[in-house]
Amino acid sequence: MLMVRHIENGTVIDHIDAGKGLEVLKVLGGAGDTTIVLAINVQSKKKGKKDILKLENKFLDKDKMDLIAIISPNTTINVIREGKVVEKINAEMPEEINGVLKCINPKCITNAPREPVTTSFTVKKNPVMLKCKYCSTEFPADMIQLL
Amino acid sequence: MWDRRHVISIDDFSREDIEDVLKNTAKMDEYLEKGNVPELMKGKILATLFFEPSTRTRLSFEAAMQRLGGTVIGFSDPSATSIKKKETTADTVRMAAAYADVIAMRHPYPGAAKLAAQVSSVPILNGGDGSNQHPTQTLLDLYTIKKELGTLDGIKIAMVGDLKYGRTVHSLCTALKLFDATFKFISPEQLRMPDTYKRGLTYEETTELDVSDADVVYVTRIQAERFPDPAEYEKLKGFYVINKKVVSTMKEKSIIMHPLPRVDEIHYEVDSDPRAKYFKQAYYGVPTRMALIAMVMGAI
Ligand SMILES: [Zn+2]
Repeated sequence: MLMVRHIENGTVIDHIDAGKGLEVLKVLGGAGDTTIVLAINVQSKKKGKKDILKLENKFLDKDKMDLIAIISPNTTINVIREGKVVEKINAEMPEEINGVLKCINPKCITNAPREPVTTSFTVKKNPVMLKCKYCSTEFPADMIQLL
Repeated sequence: MWDRRHVISIDDFSREDIEDVLKNTAKMDEYLEKGNVPELMKGKILATLFFEPSTRTRLSFEAAMQRLGGTVIGFSDPSATSIKKKETTADTVRMAAAYADVIAMRHPYPGAAKLAAQVSSVPILNGGDGSNQHPTQTLLDLYTIKKELGTLDGIKIAMVGDLKYGRTVHSLCTALKLFDATFKFISPEQLRMPDTYKRGLTYEETTELDVSDADVVYVTRIQAERFPDPAEYEKLKGFYVINKKVVSTMKEKSIIMHPLPRVDEIHYEVDSDPRAKYFKQAYYGVPTRMALIAMVMGAI
């Protein structure tokens, strides 16, 4: 196992599809001032190769876990407190996602300034596609943009 | 179930919903024919909010409301209203909902009708939101087929022209799927029906204009701006023209439809053929919208 910084408190996002680690980091809103370790193409018994992302002193809410599942299904999220894994969560793909993503259609009413509207997308599987509930535009997971 | 319902997208309609609308449209059609329309909307007001102009759709909604004994307020030129002063669509709709009992709206931005439904205290009838949805057009198309051919079940429909950008043909696919129709998509390579609308359909796809086996020939306009090269457009547009010769290959009991306005994709010589139904189709917009207004107002 690759030697990476051990964290006392925070989140380890494991079993990310190889090559998707950067995208996961992007939907988490980048590093900010969090200490982050990203390992790419790590050997894995389960899936050959995988990416791992460690976030020090940072814990994820449901919205963020939903986004991770959309980008890389079958990802495991480990919550670490005082050096121990206190919770292991299998990120599950949500059926819909509200309020965190932007519609890629620039003409969509959800992109119009000052309209009182929250974005809302239906998530379809195999392949993963998002469909805007307002303008009906469909787009693949790798095109998602944060609000 | 229909009372106070918004009509936003044909995707929200089940087969039963569509059959309900068609049944009531037939009733309205008959009232109009006999000249004895009941004043179901007497004392009621329809607001037509046209954030983008569309004379045909607006007049059709207004005629429908007036035939039912109701009155109409509204605007058809947003530049002359507060929209220009940057009032939001949501606020304009809320204001109209305070003045009227039902709203018909058209908007250049896709998704605007759904937003309107969320903020409106009265039913919204979507008269087209950008490239997205135009459910009353789809319902009048379905009524035309049902009335002229007697059924929607198992029909074979040939769609001709711009199938990539044509909102009307996309919605018609979605609706006719519920009736086990079979489809023939006839278009230039560049303007093929997108995969997302073909999912789950029985269809064939071709660039050849062969409509000899179709019960319905649904023609759409190919627009020059879809082609980067004007010469390419000039070459292609001639291929997808319905003239007398093409019509002579069609089945005797079949119909030609077009959402209008047409330019030269259907020759004027075809207008007198009994299979040409596009003007009747436009007329059916009135009984269809009468039925929808009366239904969402709980009057039938
Ligand atoms: Zn959208």
